[in-house]
Amino acid sequence: MNQTLLSLRSLSKQFDGKSILDSLDLDIYDGEFLTLLGPSGCGKTTLLRLMAGFEHPDAGSITLAGQDLTHTAPEHRPLNTVFQNYALFPHMTVFDNVAYGLKMEKRPKEEIRQRVEEALAMVQLEDFAGRKPHQLSGGQQQRVAIARAVVKRPKVLLLDEPLSALDYKLRRTMQVELKRLQRELGITFVFVTHDQEEALSMSDRVVVLKDGLIQQLGTPREVYERPANLFTARFVGETNFFPGHVDRANGDETITVDVFGLKRTFRKPDFPVSEGQPLHVLLRPEDIRVLAPDDADGVPGKVVERNYKGSTLDSVIHLADGTEVLASEFFDEDDPAFDYRLGEPVRVSWVDGWEWLLPQEGEPEQEAATDA
Amino acid sequence: MSHWLPRTYLALVYLLLYVPIAVLVVFSFNDSRTGYEWGGLSLRWYEALFDNRAMVRAMWNSLWLALSAATVSTLIGALTALALHRYRFRGKQILNGMLFVVMMSPEIVLAISLLALFLLVGMQLGYVSLLLAHVTFCLPFVVITVMARLSGFDERLPEAARDLGASDFVMTRTVLIPVIMPALLAGWLLGFTLSLDDVVVSTFVSGPTYEILPLRIYSMVRVGLKPEVNALGTLLLVFSLVMLILSQWILLRSRR
Repeated sequence: MNQTLLSLRSLSKQFDGKSILDSLDLDIYDGEFLTLLGPSGCGKTTLLRLMAGFEHPDAGSITLAGQDLTHTAPEHRPLNTVFQNYALFPHMTVFDNVAYGLKMEKRPKEEIRQRVEEALAMVQLEDFAGRKPHQLSGGQQQRVAIARAVVKRPKVLLLDEPLSALDYKLRRTMQVELKRLQRELGITFVFVTHDQEEALSMSDRVVVLKDGLIQQLGTPREVYERPANLFTARFVGETNFFPGHVDRANGDETITVDVFGLKRTFRKPDFPVSEGQPLHVLLRPEDIRVLAPDDADGVPGKVVERNYKGSTLDSVIHLADGTEVLASEFFDEDDPAFDYRLGEPVRVSWVDGWEWLLPQEGEPEQEAATDA
Repeated sequence: MSHWLPRTYLALVYLLLYVPIAVLVVFSFNDSRTGYEWGGLSLRWYEALFDNRAMVRAMWNSLWLALSAATVSTLIGALTALALHRYRFRGKQILNGMLFVVMMSPEIVLAISLLALFLLVGMQLGYVSLLLAHVTFCLPFVVITVMARLSGFDERLPEAARDLGASDFVMTRTVLIPVIMPALLAGWLLGFTLSLDDVVVSTFVSGPTYEILPLRIYSMVRVGLKPEVNALGTLLLVFSLVMLILSQWILLRSRR
């Protein structure tokens, strides 16, 4: 039922001898919202430009519904792009900008007028057809760029960080609007972003990229709850990494792990484990429970920072051995113990079964955790 | 007290610059044959100017030369600027630098070398030699004007046009040229004025068959300053001012 529309096979691309993409394979399904997520320089924009045809791969192939596009010029590909800084034609009106692609197809005048008006109505800009791009706000220019790209009814819409120039509130509005458009049009969206929050909230599937290699491909939930490696865990959301080691394996189902001297029983991970093996126990801030200092459960620590976020209370807790723990708790006004003071001793625990285990990775971790 | 000296100095500088021009304009309307006494208001020198057939022909020749030189140098210059902007190739820096050499080198050097070249290839001095020479010294100015515009050009625009189905040629026609049009016009106007009032290079490479205005004026004033020259000077001044205002207006309008 998930039919592959765009298929990328062992794509490689180098710039000035530097490898940007390394033999990358990716199948994009018909009608899905796929996000390419990664830090700058990870190759996500290059990947998008290869699909659009602005760059040519050094090796590999691009096929769309069985048709080889690898060496097709951009003007002959049934894909359209929404550019980061919109790239609206400054000397044309909004109407002419949107009509440009249809004029290139040599459509009849009446059809062009009708389709342009439809496209402008879709992005709520009917009354702006006669304006020039510089007379519009950033958000309006963004919508013109989207209308210009979808008016051609492409098979795939490529979006290169289209919301990065907008302020936070407008970005949220546009995220909702893009989702709505994608549902209404049924067009496959390939969306490039470095904003993990944006990626999680909008996508059907997320591709996490680093150094031109796919780190993980999955639904937002899989990527967030079951990161494939330390990079993905760090890049997507905030995470506490607790050092642990395998105390004992209990058959095929569970293992007992020693974390800060606590013996906790976890589900057995996918990777092979042996007794005494060190591993990472990953817990999201919202998985952490902050308990009273006289509680029997948990590890002792002390509150060093508290941030009131409205719906949640975020705290930073230092454990006795110096480990920093991020905790994010929902308000419970009936709980008197909820309000800690700075420096107050507490105990840190979590809900068993919400943890995620990752093996130690060979290389030393030099990158700092990415902020949310 | 302290403001007195710099202000006087500045006034003096401007007086020296503008009084001769003002005198020229005023005396072009003077009804007297001599240039140092006022004989009442008259347009007789303008009439005399347009009755002088050799003068009128020189005027037309100059206009035609400036028009064609500006057009040819804009065409070549725009393509050069596009190539320098768009492609990375061996010797690009040298080519770029050579434009500045032509711009900075003394005009007399250019004049002598062009004359030597034309004599060497046995070319008859006249319209063609003038045109080639004028295109040569106009070209760097056009290239630099167009390059300045291109440096602010959004590289995504050609890609957006291609993405929407335009071939490279159609993209150039519908997006690239319209966007750099103000620079093309400004470059053309610059070339036009440069060509129109050039004396040094023209002196060397013009022949008896094609007389142009600046050289005609020069030969006129050698035998004595006729009031006709004042009228001609006034006309040229007005014309240059109009061109200057026009080019500035085009540039300003494009920089919204």
